[in-house]
Amino acid sequence: MDVSRFHAAFFEESREGLDAMEGGLLSLESGGAGADPETINVIFRAAHSIKGGAATFGFTAVTDLTHVLETLLDEVRGGRRVLDRDTIGVLLSSVDVLRGLLAVCEHGGEIDAGALGAARAALDALLAGGKAAAPQPAPAKDAADADAGDWRIAFVPGPQLFLTGNDPLRILRELASHGEMGVECVDGRLPPFSEMDPFEAYLAWNLTLPGSVPRAAIDEAFAWVADECEIDVASVPAASAPEPAPEPAGGPAAAPAPATAAAPVGEIPVPAARRSTDHDNSIRVAVAKVDALINLVGELVITQAMLRQRSEHLDPVANEALLAGLVQLERNTRDLQESVMGVRMLPVDFAFSRFPRMVRDLATRLEKKVVLRTHGEATELDKGVIEKIVDPLVHLVRNAIDHGLESPAERRAAGKDETGTLTLSAAHQGANILIEISDDGRGLDRERILRKAAERGIAVPENPTDAQVWDLVFAPGFSTRDEATDLSGRGVGMDVVKKNITALGGQVEIRSRAGEGTTVAIRLPLTMAIVDGMSVAVGGEVFIVPLGMVVESLLPAPGDVRTIAGEARVLRVRDDYIPLIDLATQYGLPPSARGEDAPPPIAVVVEADGRRLALEVDELLGQQQVVVKNLEANYKRIAGISGATILGDGRVALIVDAGGLAQSAPMPVAA
Amino acid sequence: MSAKQLLVVDDSTSMRQMVAFALTSGGYQVSEAEDGQAALEIARTRSFDAVVTDVNMPRMDGISLIRELRQLPAYRFTPLLMLTTESGTDKKMEGKAAGATGWLVKPFDPEQLVATVRKVLA
Repeated sequence: MDVSRFHAAFFEESREGLDAMEGGLLSLESGGAGADPETINVIFRAAHSIKGGAATFGFTAVTDLTHVLETLLDEVRGGRRVLDRDTIGVLLSSVDVLRGLLAVCEHGGEIDAGALGAARAALDALLAGGKAAAPQPAPAKDAADADAGDWRIAFVPGPQLFLTGNDPLRILRELASHGEMGVECVDGRLPPFSEMDPFEAYLAWNLTLPGSVPRAAIDEAFAWVADECEIDVASVPAASAPEPAPEPAGGPAAAPAPATAAAPVGEIPVPAARRSTDHDNSIRVAVAKVDALINLVGELVITQAMLRQRSEHLDPVANEALLAGLVQLERNTRDLQESVMGVRMLPVDFAFSRFPRMVRDLATRLEKKVVLRTHGEATELDKGVIEKIVDPLVHLVRNAIDHGLESPAERRAAGKDETGTLTLSAAHQGANILIEISDDGRGLDRERILRKAAERGIAVPENPTDAQVWDLVFAPGFSTRDEATDLSGRGVGMDVVKKNITALGGQVEIRSRAGEGTTVAIRLPLTMAIVDGMSVAVGGEVFIVPLGMVVESLLPAPGDVRTIAGEARVLRVRDDYIPLIDLATQYGLPPSARGEDAPPPIAVVVEADGRRLALEVDELLGQQQVVVKNLEANYKRIAGISGATILGDGRVALIVDAGGLAQSAPMPVAA
Repeated sequence: MSAKQLLVVDDSTSMRQMVAFALTSGGYQVSEAEDGQAALEIARTRSFDAVVTDVNMPRMDGISLIRELRQLPAYRFTPLLMLTTESGTDKKMEGKAAGATGWLVKPFDPEQLVATVRKVLA
């Protein structure tokens, strides 16, 4: 029987189990859960399930390690071992090794024998060192005395045998399957009919089996009932005359097989509706299925928009019923869309859950004392956004521990608690989610940032405000590599963090106060699948500009447009000159008939990647929510376009990638 | 004769599905429950010819489930088997005391499982 099809479920569930173990161990260590006995039970159960599954599916290395782990956890659970910091450390490393082993089982590759050996040795050392040495299981006595003669078995079932669902007939049948069996019923215990309890076992048997039947087979047949029955198995010389079987003690015996008594006696039906309503029922669904659903709903939204558009010129009186139906359809479509989008939403805990472990490890390595607090883990966010926000968060958390928080000595000297606090929080704010990483460390050093910006030739506004200074940290090339440790300086700087967040349509800002700490606030849209867009007409086509990036739109006056260096055009917006991009030229549409320096009919000013630029368009058409279709997945990547959508009239509109345009645009010229 | 009805109880999805698959292949009709509490609720609404349950589970463990099931008239004589990883006898005896018919020790192979179930239902 091929059970490999259950492997995927096993791996997935094992990973969840390991996460639960890690989380539980960390919370036990921080004492957050106090002496909550359920935490250790959860950890134990996870190890136990992984062991059972691994054994069944034949992943021996996993089974062996979880077995040792489980023994240790069982001692903790039974109060025979104290879970100190060292023990937790060993357990956590074992969890890591298990993760690796499972990955090898799942995807192939080499087992890291060194790590496995080390984890095993550490666990063994703990087990050996602890007061509670694992009880040596007595080696199963393998009675191999079975060559002599026939078996004589006296079998007296316990009176309650039937009440555990056992049946002497089944046992007799099993024994008989091993060889020719002699059966003698002993009915001495049978009471008068009037006193008989139909649920009790009264009959007993004397059995004989050939000596060729292994003793183990006989023991196995009785294994489930051995404790409640009298069973006497003896080997008698084959040739000898049949001695009377050992008289069953009390010569008692058995009962009518209560097959009839097993009939339901009065089952009380319970309404099916009561079944597990309190349980957090969930199903696992492939992301591709959800995405297909979202796509279909997207199509529906488009169809609905098309119907609305077509119906606009209808006579409202003659078509009252139809129009009312269309309004209803619009409402239902919107609700459906929201619900379906909700399916892709995951609690932000998916991103946060990795941090307790990371913070612990980092703090240990840097010899700092850090306690991590998280708030709003249940806040939901699109799965795609969560996956992409992890890396920036990791970077920010590393920074906070490495640079933000001081050493215990420094903190004492500053009159603070030795233990620094790092807070991760998430909350909804309208159509956005706000994620904040705060530390109560030394705060940013204004003078040093300004000095560094000057050293690296980064433009600094005059008399910068604090916010403007903090913003310099995100400038490309500001990386503090010369002083970064191996932890936070690994290749990526804050500029990459900002770029990743901007790519998600989000914003990031820093608040900081010397001596009190730093907070990095990230604001993200709840989903990337739908954007609020401004639709604009360019060269006879419709484009969508994401509303979040639009600063303003204006009607330029003659003379506001200048051409510099013969090529680049700039637009004067109040006292600034910002690059002006003709979207028609940019996207290869027929150029407008206007002259070079003639003002565009309308300029839309957008801000992306910290730069502003003006987009030249023919007309503003309106604002609408659009369902983003991935262009790369359906066609190929095009510079300056971030995606496409389908309009109510069925036409395709491209979505302007303001960030990409800003990067390729010429640098603004200081006027 | 219609197929015998079995209830498989395990909090581990992969194990539960594997056991259910093996028993279905053995010709049984299998229902699943993910812990003792859920199993008990299902068992109250309909009867099964046998129940195969894991021991360690959240909410209600297998031994409590067996104890509860045995109180139900319809389950007085029903074979109730536990799947256990413990090779020691403590859990087995605890299960027996609660009314378990017998046990299977993990790891078991699917054929062995089917053979055992067939045996108790014979």
